[in-house]
Amino acid sequence: MISAQLPILQVLLPLLAAPLCAILRGRALPHALSVGTVLLSLLVTVGLLIRVESTGTISYAIGGWPPPIGIEYRVDQLSVIVLLIIQGVAAAVLVGGGASIVREIEATRAPLFYALFLLNLTGLTGMVLTGDLFNLFVFLEISSLSTYVLVALGTDRRALLAAYQYLVIGTVGATFYVIGVGLLYMMTGTLNMADLADRVAGVEESTTIRTAFAFMIIGIGVKLGMMPVHFWLPNAYARAPSVVSAFLAATSTKVAVYIMLRVVFEIFGVPMFLATHLSEIIIGLGILAMVVASVTAIFQDDVKRLLAYSSLAQIGYILFAFGLATEPGVTASVLHLFNHGLMKGALFLALAAVALRAGRTRRTDLDGLGQAMPLTMLGFTLAGLSLIGVPGTVGFISKWYLLEAAFDRDGFIIAAIILGSSLLAILYVWPLVERAYFRKRDPALPPVEEAPLPMLIGIWLLVGANLLFGVWPDLATGLAERSALLLLGGAR
Amino acid sequence: MASADILLAAFCMPFVTAVLVALTGRWAALRDTLSVLGALTTFGLVIALATEWEDKILIGRLLAEFLPGLSLKFMLEPLGLLFALIASGLWVFAALFAIGYLRGNKEHDQTRFTVLFSIAIGATLGIAFAGNLLTLFVFYEVLTLSTFPLVTHSGSEKAMRAGRVYLGILMGTSIGFLFLAMAWTYALSGTLDFIKGGILSEEAGPGLTLVLFLLYMFGIGKAALMPFHRWLPAAMVAPTPVSALLHAVAVVKAGVFTVIKVIVYIFGWERLAGVPGTEIIVYVAGFTIGTASVIALRQNNLKARLAYSTISQLSYIVMAAALLTPLALLGAALHLAAHAVSKITLFFAAGSIYTAAHKTEIDELDGIGRRMPWTMTAFGIASLSMIGLPPTAGFVSKWAILGGAFTAQSWFAIGVLVLSTLLNAAYFLPIVHRAFFRPLSAEAKAHPHGEAPLLIVVALTGTALLTLALFFLPGEVEELAAGLVTSR
Repeated sequence: MISAQLPILQVLLPLLAAPLCAILRGRALPHALSVGTVLLSLLVTVGLLIRVESTGTISYAIGGWPPPIGIEYRVDQLSVIVLLIIQGVAAAVLVGGGASIVREIEATRAPLFYALFLLNLTGLTGMVLTGDLFNLFVFLEISSLSTYVLVALGTDRRALLAAYQYLVIGTVGATFYVIGVGLLYMMTGTLNMADLADRVAGVEESTTIRTAFAFMIIGIGVKLGMMPVHFWLPNAYARAPSVVSAFLAATSTKVAVYIMLRVVFEIFGVPMFLATHLSEIIIGLGILAMVVASVTAIFQDDVKRLLAYSSLAQIGYILFAFGLATEPGVTASVLHLFNHGLMKGALFLALAAVALRAGRTRRTDLDGLGQAMPLTMLGFTLAGLSLIGVPGTVGFISKWYLLEAAFDRDGFIIAAIILGSSLLAILYVWPLVERAYFRKRDPALPPVEEAPLPMLIGIWLLVGANLLFGVWPDLATGLAERSALLLLGGAR
Repeated sequence: MASADILLAAFCMPFVTAVLVALTGRWAALRDTLSVLGALTTFGLVIALATEWEDKILIGRLLAEFLPGLSLKFMLEPLGLLFALIASGLWVFAALFAIGYLRGNKEHDQTRFTVLFSIAIGATLGIAFAGNLLTLFVFYEVLTLSTFPLVTHSGSEKAMRAGRVYLGILMGTSIGFLFLAMAWTYALSGTLDFIKGGILSEEAGPGLTLVLFLLYMFGIGKAALMPFHRWLPAAMVAPTPVSALLHAVAVVKAGVFTVIKVIVYIFGWERLAGVPGTEIIVYVAGFTIGTASVIALRQNNLKARLAYSTISQLSYIVMAAALLTPLALLGAALHLAAHAVSKITLFFAAGSIYTAAHKTEIDELDGIGRRMPWTMTAFGIASLSMIGLPPTAGFVSKWAILGGAFTAQSWFAIGVLVLSTLLNAAYFLPIVHRAFFRPLSAEAKAHPHGEAPLLIVVALTGTALLTLALFFLPGEVEELAAGLVTSR
């Protein structure tokens, strides 16, 4: 009985808990409520995973209205793998982030913070579940608006500027997207994705459809931090409260990639993707990001900002594989989307612990933390190795699939670039590890101690996932492979 | 117990030892006893494996289904068994030596040291038993990462810089070249299993095969082919037990072991022999042998001289393997064993001198042979083996390599071998001469010292005897080495 309602529960849980949080007082109650909600949501996701694995794609008609007329929620392997990363990271971040939230968010704003966090989660979840383009826009706005405010809650006053910058460019992105949706609706008279896929086929040569395609791609490109329209991302990640950085870095760009995958392969289809040379453009932009963002990361002083540039580079990998539009390519793209979420979630959460104990997150703040915070820094190091792509971690699995995708298209040069970019990752990760273990902390600064237990649990849940899926990757690779089959099989 | 179970047990034993050592860190005596017992048990298991494995039928163990069509798995074959015997056997001596050395020098963080040391040996056994290239690669990287904290053990600025070079070159080559070559091989062949005669699909033409071959040879940074050799001298900042077992045996032999494995089981040496251009590696290795020997000649620091000697000796193995004839491959495998026992003896001697006399430079060693007769006699025996003179292990392997070079009609290789023998003599014999025939310096007379602690003497005498034993009784080792090129 309840298992039939799982898709809607996934959205309703955080949506209902959010206003409750807002009216509660103090810190403890909203925190407890939010943690309970995200844990329950994670359970729902696991339930969805089991159902999708056993019975295949789930279609859920909201309010009992059948799909082309009512709004449809669709859950398939692709949705499930993205949901897993969203809900998993949300749980780890909220369970672990309590102390960090206490430090960075004023008591009076705490209930509001939790409400916004849950709304953000609602938005991201809804985007993944919905099968309706306009409903997707609504969820996009929910998540975007809450993100702007969350970023603005950062301790530093520059957070306001970062939030404003993100607001302006984010709104442009969202507007582009909705213009695209409008054009599509004009041509086809439907907003249901599955329905659209059929109807676009008849009119795909028309300029209007091409224009809609362009608007939507650019709009989503802004949201996922595609290279030339990426500049909001490092500021937003660096200035937002630590916990928010961890959550955003692991999830929000991933959901944007998810939408890109759906829109490109399900609605417009591979032929149009290739005919418009978008494939080559996306591959080019991906490679650009891999190289330029990695090099930029090497020269950053603030570690949060360094990791943000690293994220841009990793998005480059995802985009490149996506741009190939082949089965191995899309598999690698989806897989890296998941794996990168695990790495960056762990890294940013460990960094939140550093911010909590050492005060700030400049490079020099890491000095000597290997002794002072051994468990946190070990987690940070392992997640860093995963980012580099050392075997035994998810990073290696990702790299393997990316390379095979490149070789599948005879992209030897690209394969070499991917590995070259991994070497750049060594250059920006390893100096941090060295600092933590070989430098002494400035004796003038107050001594630091290990992060609190809940935070360690959160960090190590994510680090553990990095290692677990690095040695037994079947779950993630299986989901990614079937996602690719669904996406490309559905394409004409 | 089936052979496969013994294999798995032998692989797990170093990790079990690491855990036990970590748990008993507070009680030094118990901890050190456990570390030696762990080494002995591991060696015992590998010997049991060798005796059990009479039928020479491939045995394997699946660890995890990793990627589609690719798994982490173990598979026993002659060369791997030989390597495992060397690594685990010498671990016993190194464990004894390490106790004497760490205590004699009052090193800090002895528990951490011993734990990481055991893990590194476990990774080495993983490499030895690897059933496909992916498994080998995984443990190859584990070995790099577990030895990094050992290289930087002292925590000084110098150690940190050395660690950067160490990690940068080993990780850089393995991710930049080896990983690329491996993924490319898989994309072409759809498998990475080690199979006699090679797995590379026929689609790969000579040009592509050559590119892959070069990627592999330079990608295996642990084999220290120039220009990717700098990590090895850098690693000498580590405490001597690390230099002895890891940077004379485990890590560097893992490199040349991988080179031989790739040539025999990924490409197939018969096939490579038909590819024009592969002799490039013979030339690069020959160049490395000569250059490293000349650099070694100019080093006054004993460990630095040994490090450059290692670089040159490793290239013997690479060159022999790249000659692509059965006899040369046999020589390569034999040299892997011969160099291991001799070089570990030399490092033990260096550590012994440092512990007893606190000397690290060669020009301080005048007359030390009279004070430390055991140490310097062992050093002398190992030096003879390095040069390739009877009655030592080095003679047997060098003989085979020379024979291989003749069958391959490679006058270049023969010239390199002759020249480097002279150079080897030129940089080892003066040390022996100094130690025994020069009078003690005034400074040394003012600081009397005796022989090193007993455990150290036991360890280095043992490995020196092994160096002699391999000359007189090479039977089992030769048989394993021969299994590499004969049985199909």
